[in-house]
Amino acid sequence: MKITRDQLMALLFLTPSFLLIVIFVYGFIGWTGWVSLSNWNTLMPDMSFAGLKNYIYLFGDYRFQADLRNTVFFTILFIGFVIILGLGLAILLDQTKKANALFRNIFLFPMALSFVVTGVVWQWLLNPSTGFNQFLQVFGIQPKWYTDTNILAGFQWGSIEFGLPVAMIAVVIAAVWQMTGFSLAMYVAGLTGIPDELREAARIDGASELQIYRKVILPMLTPITMSVVIIMAHISLKIFDLIYAMTGSGANFVTDVPGVYMFETTFRGNYYANGAAIAIIMLLLVAVFIVPYLINSRRGAS
Amino acid sequence: MLKKSLAFLIMFIFMIALVACGGDDETTDDTGSTDDQTEDTTDDAAEEEEAESSGDGGSVEIFSWWTGAGEEDGLLALIDLFEEKHPDIEVENAAVAGGAGTNAKAVLATRMQGNDPPSTFQVHGGAELNESWVAADKMEPLNDFYEEYDLMDKFPEELIDMVSKDGNIYSVPVNIHRGNVMFYNMEVFEEHGIEVPTTLEEFVDVLAQLDEAGVTPLAMGDKEAWTATQIFENLLLATLGPDDYRALWEGEVGFDDDRVREAAEYFETIIGYVNEDHASRNWQDASQLVGEGEAAMTNMGDWAKGYFSNDLNLETNVDFGYFAFPGTTEDFMVITDTFGLPKGVEDPDTVKEFLNVLGSVEGQDAFNPLKGSIPARVDADASKYDEYGTDTMEDFQNSNLAPSLAHGSAASEGYLTKANQEVNIFVTQQNVDQFIEKLQQIAGDL
Repeated sequence: MKITRDQLMALLFLTPSFLLIVIFVYGFIGWTGWVSLSNWNTLMPDMSFAGLKNYIYLFGDYRFQADLRNTVFFTILFIGFVIILGLGLAILLDQTKKANALFRNIFLFPMALSFVVTGVVWQWLLNPSTGFNQFLQVFGIQPKWYTDTNILAGFQWGSIEFGLPVAMIAVVIAAVWQMTGFSLAMYVAGLTGIPDELREAARIDGASELQIYRKVILPMLTPITMSVVIIMAHISLKIFDLIYAMTGSGANFVTDVPGVYMFETTFRGNYYANGAAIAIIMLLLVAVFIVPYLINSRRGAS
Repeated sequence: MLKKSLAFLIMFIFMIALVACGGDDETTDDTGSTDDQTEDTTDDAAEEEEAESSGDGGSVEIFSWWTGAGEEDGLLALIDLFEEKHPDIEVENAAVAGGAGTNAKAVLATRMQGNDPPSTFQVHGGAELNESWVAADKMEPLNDFYEEYDLMDKFPEELIDMVSKDGNIYSVPVNIHRGNVMFYNMEVFEEHGIEVPTTLEEFVDVLAQLDEAGVTPLAMGDKEAWTATQIFENLLLATLGPDDYRALWEGEVGFDDDRVREAAEYFETIIGYVNEDHASRNWQDASQLVGEGEAAMTNMGDWAKGYFSNDLNLETNVDFGYFAFPGTTEDFMVITDTFGLPKGVEDPDTVKEFLNVLGSVEGQDAFNPLKGSIPARVDADASKYDEYGTDTMEDFQNSNLAPSLAHGSAASEGYLTKANQEVNIFVTQQNVDQFIEKLQQIAGDL
């Protein structure tokens, strides 16, 4: 086999970034994994082997159980609303050809903010003693937003109540407000990519607008939905900044997530091994979404 | 020809990568810097130049998290004083902003683990110093320093105990804050004819009385759990008394003690009287309720005094008053910032010069009035402090000192993290049995 000059060049260009990624991404993932199996729960490093002790501790920990519950509900609601709203808005934009660009920019703009900014802004907006909430009090509604400790549709699981924490809804609102623009942009791109001939053909066959969307356009948008789910899933499973800025852990940890717990455990409590274990579990949670997608797209490619 | 240029290109990419990695060290200190700090850095640069031009007497790097309004002023005043006395020594202010010291502590841990300690660093006296840095064998004993500068009788004995381990002294305290203070709205107290409570029974009566009158009796802002932990530690001090309270953290009194349960039961009662939206407020928001007369009292360290007078423009002993947490009238919950000498520092003598200025009457009086704390020395100049300061200085000298849990003096940071976690759960669930059981479980991390 003879390597052409182009191939050689490509290899040479790839090598540096390949090496950097191997060291600084996979190397450090490995290092984190190794720390998570150690006894390093003090200020100074102690790399003696502890086995799965740190993981066993976490799964018996009330706070971590609450974190997992919160992550599940946050992820489901967040992704659900981002897809529904993004798709809905994209279809509306698709119908209004004229102001399309203007609306697209308006909806895309929140994306330019960081989650920390979003968190602080929404914390003010939902503050029980300001603005809109005082207005609600005129009608006798005492909004509690992110301080509510109630769990909707709850049932007991281990030592914690499983169900949707009401306070989480406030965080979901803020997150959806920020990320809907992204899914909107994805869907608009997808809709533009669908050739007009297909719609025309469907119309000639006597399909209504609604039928065109249901039978022709939506199925063609499936790959877009897949991408949105993957991108949103990894954002929501490792979310930290929004919650840290907006609510903190919340009363009874109703808005706590693994990211916040990892930060406090590691950098406040100096439990490095426990923190590393949380980080590894977060990585595995993301992998649950990403790996099937990778396998699927590989299969599609070959 | 092509190969050569390609090789150059790759070299170039590698160099960029190396520069990017190497740059990390320098930028770490600036992480999370605010506008305040930018100003501060320019000041620094000027100061450094000045020092450099006047000779080479070594340098001292001062690591702290004092970047907020009053505290930064205090630190800069201290540095100015030092530079006046030692113009040949270069001072580097390595303050790390944000998160009540969380960011700074993370940076410090990284540097200590990498054997790159700052010349001297801010650390709370008590467990935060003794159980972490001293226990890890990272600090130099300062006994000789105390002897040399005749400091042994300039600080209260209990305070020196807090910065000592196994007979060795490891740091020099610069300031004192008090954690067991209740601030109250004087108008509200007057309106409802309330006397200042001195015991826990009276306190609970007052809470009930205010509640009936339709005022929120106690303002709490436990968005960060330490404010609630602070109430609990004051209750422990009240029920156990100062000696057994200290013994609790040394493992000599167990958490199964009846008086710990009594404290937890009081805690449960008191939480019944706090503002409903406590979980969405921080301590400033809670203090604001008191300032505006919507709530009667709040328990906070004496930095709240600065918030009342500077931020809310209220007058001491006219608009707001203060008294010791009921049941702890004779006691003083100490929060003290101290500076020590890490092992492996290049020029320990220069650092000692700085510690000497920091420990002197002059140094403490330059720093504390600006920071809003009181001096750790007992012989400081009382005329430099306001009414609250002089009151507190008097209390400090006449009270039993107790280390604060919520501020890292009584137990390790690790224990505190877990204790805050249990307090957060308790505040919502109010299950005394479970709380006691959990406290016993985590006692192993003390």
